[in-house]
Amino acid sequence: MPATRIVLPARARKGEVVEIKTIITHPMETGYRRDHVGLAIARDIITRFTCTYAGEEVFRMDLFTGVAANPFVGFTTLATETGEVVFEWTDQHGTVTREQRRLVVV
Amino acid sequence: MARRGRRAALGAAGASLMLLAALPAAGQTATEPGIAAGDRKSGRDFLAPETRAQQDDLSINPGMLWVEQGEKLWREAAGAGAKACASCHGDPSALKGVAARYPAYDARLQRLLNLEGRIQNCRLEHQRAAPLPYESQALLALTALVAHQSRGLPLNVATKGPARPFLAAGRAMFFTQQGQLSISCAQCHDDNWGKRLRAERISQGQPNGFPTYRLEWQTTGSLHRRLRACFQGVRAEPFAAGSPELVALELYLAARARGLPIETPAVRR
Repeated sequence: MPATRIVLPARARKGEVVEIKTIITHPMETGYRRDHVGLAIARDIITRFTCTYAGEEVFRMDLFTGVAANPFVGFTTLATETGEVVFEWTDQHGTVTREQRRLVVV
Repeated sequence: MARRGRRAALGAAGASLMLLAALPAAGQTATEPGIAAGDRKSGRDFLAPETRAQQDDLSINPGMLWVEQGEKLWREAAGAGAKACASCHGDPSALKGVAARYPAYDARLQRLLNLEGRIQNCRLEHQRAAPLPYESQALLALTALVAHQSRGLPLNVATKGPARPFLAAGRAMFFTQQGQLSISCAQCHDDNWGKRLRAERISQGQPNGFPTYRLEWQTTGSLHRRLRACFQGVRAEPFAAGSPELVALELYLAARARGLPIETPAVRR
């Protein structure tokens, strides 16, 4: 189970630009490397990251083998209403890591 | 520059110890080497602004993932003693300042221990648990957690008394030309820091940010892993991680870095 760190403010004013920062532990193994006896190391990557805010998708990203291990993703969104911010990382096997934070809009 | 002649002849650690006995007393000022206190620069000063920002903002510092893992392990009971780190030490913050004093000589074990060695010894004696492999994620996480408690505090290791011969051995290692390239640590990190080696700016080789998240590794690693990479760089046979030779070198590096603030978890290229 990968570990995650998510930074976003707990409260924001309506119409304010909110900065969101996320990081997740993942090897992002490219599949191009070989181990010390020459055998190929299997590809193991996260392929998709999405963020929904109050039910609406506000950010989506496809990840490929060129992305470094432990990917950091930062983005912004507009504070519109109080709601849940849901983060989902999906790896190539379909396993989903899900985190949720509440953003209170005043 | 005055050190150049001294550096050339040093061989095995044992022989160097005898040679070094003739040098000025290994007091805390007499052994302060090449780089004057005012010129000492952390590896942080050699980074691109973006990498520096990544280290300074703990919310995006990837090394914090290991610190957080360390917090979990801190509270988990282990071994036949069924004790966690927290059972004896309480909150990790109780160990604030400890990392600044390591490596340190343990009079009862009659050994020089670095932070990893101290944690291992705690596991062995108090938790009665199997030792963690040196570069294992668990040992890195616990070491990062303990060192992180001292973030911002100046390195201040003891170099007098029983630590003296270890300091001398570490110092001898630092000035010994090694490997197929016949280069000593000092030739890069004392004599030529700040200059360019191909695309890289040569740092002073300071140890104040370990365990460190290194972009090249794409993971967190120990000081000894970094040192072994340097040995390989000059095409010398590296000492094993956790070996007495590398712990002695670590002591010399810490003495050489006296006053630099601990940055764990640092982010490096």
